[in-house]
Amino acid sequence: MRMQPNAQFDGQPVPEGSGPTAIELSEASVTFGRGDRAVPALSKTSLRIADGEFVALVGPSGCGKSTILRLVSGLVQPTSGVVIVGGREVTARALRVGMAFQNPTMLPWMTIERNIMLPLKIVEPFRSNFRRLRKTEFRDKANTLLEQVGLKGFGSRYPWQLSGGMLQRANLCRALIHEPRLLLLDEPFGALDQFTREELWAILQNLWMTHKPTVLLVTHDLREAGFLASRICVMSARPGRILDDSRVEFVRPRTVAMTFEPNFVALNQKLRAFIEDARSATERGTG
Amino acid sequence: MSGIDIRQKAWSAGLIVLFFVAWELFCLATGMSDLVLPRPSQVFVTLYQRFPVLWPHIVQTLATTMFGFVLGVALGVALGAIIGVSKTAYDTCYPLLIGFSSIPKVAVVPIFVLWFGSGTVPAVLTALSICFFPIVVNIATGLATTEPELEDVLKALGASKFDILWNVGLPRTMPFFFASLKVAVSYAFVGAVLSETVASNRGLGNVMMTASSNFNVPLVFASLFVLAALGVVLYVVFSLIEGRVTGWATRKNDVIAT
Repeated sequence: MRMQPNAQFDGQPVPEGSGPTAIELSEASVTFGRGDRAVPALSKTSLRIADGEFVALVGPSGCGKSTILRLVSGLVQPTSGVVIVGGREVTARALRVGMAFQNPTMLPWMTIERNIMLPLKIVEPFRSNFRRLRKTEFRDKANTLLEQVGLKGFGSRYPWQLSGGMLQRANLCRALIHEPRLLLLDEPFGALDQFTREELWAILQNLWMTHKPTVLLVTHDLREAGFLASRICVMSARPGRILDDSRVEFVRPRTVAMTFEPNFVALNQKLRAFIEDARSATERGTG
Repeated sequence: MSGIDIRQKAWSAGLIVLFFVAWELFCLATGMSDLVLPRPSQVFVTLYQRFPVLWPHIVQTLATTMFGFVLGVALGVALGAIIGVSKTAYDTCYPLLIGFSSIPKVAVVPIFVLWFGSGTVPAVLTALSICFFPIVVNIATGLATTEPELEDVLKALGASKFDILWNVGLPRTMPFFFASLKVAVSYAFVGAVLSETVASNRGLGNVMMTASSNFNVPLVFASLFVLAALGVVLYVVFSLIEGRVTGWATRKNDVIAT
């Protein structure tokens, strides 16, 4: 695996990614379907992510970025190779994973507060205490998170009373309520406008700096990857492989203004070049 | 909002009155015999006079309807849940279900009579067999349309199939379920009366058969009026329950926050 410390060091005392391994994919391949209709989605991908790292996966669409997320969460089993999460091989039930997708999927019959508490109804050790603590401790927990994303006082509202950006913030809260060690985000801000998106980058950065989970973020927005991630993996077109793996060493907390500075733009352009190569490779391949 | 509501209700009531007045006038103007089409006033008088006689039959029909309906709901929910949860079961069972639902239920009543004798049992079974289908379809649809993304979120947390069904699938199905109950209760009613008409010595269906063979046409119409009124009442009851339980599904138009 390649590690290219290319972006500048900005007085970061301890390099991130030196902690114990949180996720390890070795030679993992995934093929959907069988026989003639088999579609290879991921081919022999190896990736090691340390505890507490924030990794962004970027690449052309349909390159298997989401497949990696589904592998790590245990929703998909590797056709070959091994996936180890939190020190054990992923089976159907992964351990303490928080997930958020582009679609916030809040349940319309519940208040935001109760929507956010939904994982506590499922995951132990919260599950056994849910009836006892849902009106006290768990509710406070939900409201603390809501406050952190700037939705204080919206807990008793219903999803249809909130805008898309607000729902996506609530979605982040739901992904974090059960104190996951691993947060999987699949283009969470893809459906939002530019300004809301930038606002949510800062919120997600804050959440990450407060809770320090390992984050795997799938995105097609290179600025988003540069703003949020400590490490960016570029993937090739389908079947996906990891083409490049670079650290992003901009000092935190990062600001939107930083994304327009020369070395940030340079990083963006480097990533863009990789993805364009990958795209034209597929066009040649299929055309 | 409520002003428009009241005006709407006034229009509905007005239309009903207008309908009866027009009918009355039509009969008077054409000198229609009450053996063919009795005037509404005659029907209401008959209804009033014969009400003590009709009452046990009303109770009978209502009881068989509700009994068949409850069984139909139970069966429908169970089948719908099985079909909705599994894609394979959905694809496998659908043709058979559609086949069953396409059979005219009049044709089935004699079979029920053959098996269980005439009376209450075939009426209950007919009500059941006619009303469970919309429930199956609606429950299955509600379950099958659960967002796959939310399912993934919960599965990644280690949720069992039952957890997902209980917390997401079933609540999501409620609006579909209650919408189907309104339809199903009317169907059950039709089924019960149908069976009573063919083979029973009790119930409103039987009253109508006996009355028409005695050329007591006003009594036939009186029974029809009772049936219509009961149908409306049952529909209203289930609409009210629906509004109570699944109000969240119909409130999407007034967004507060931006």
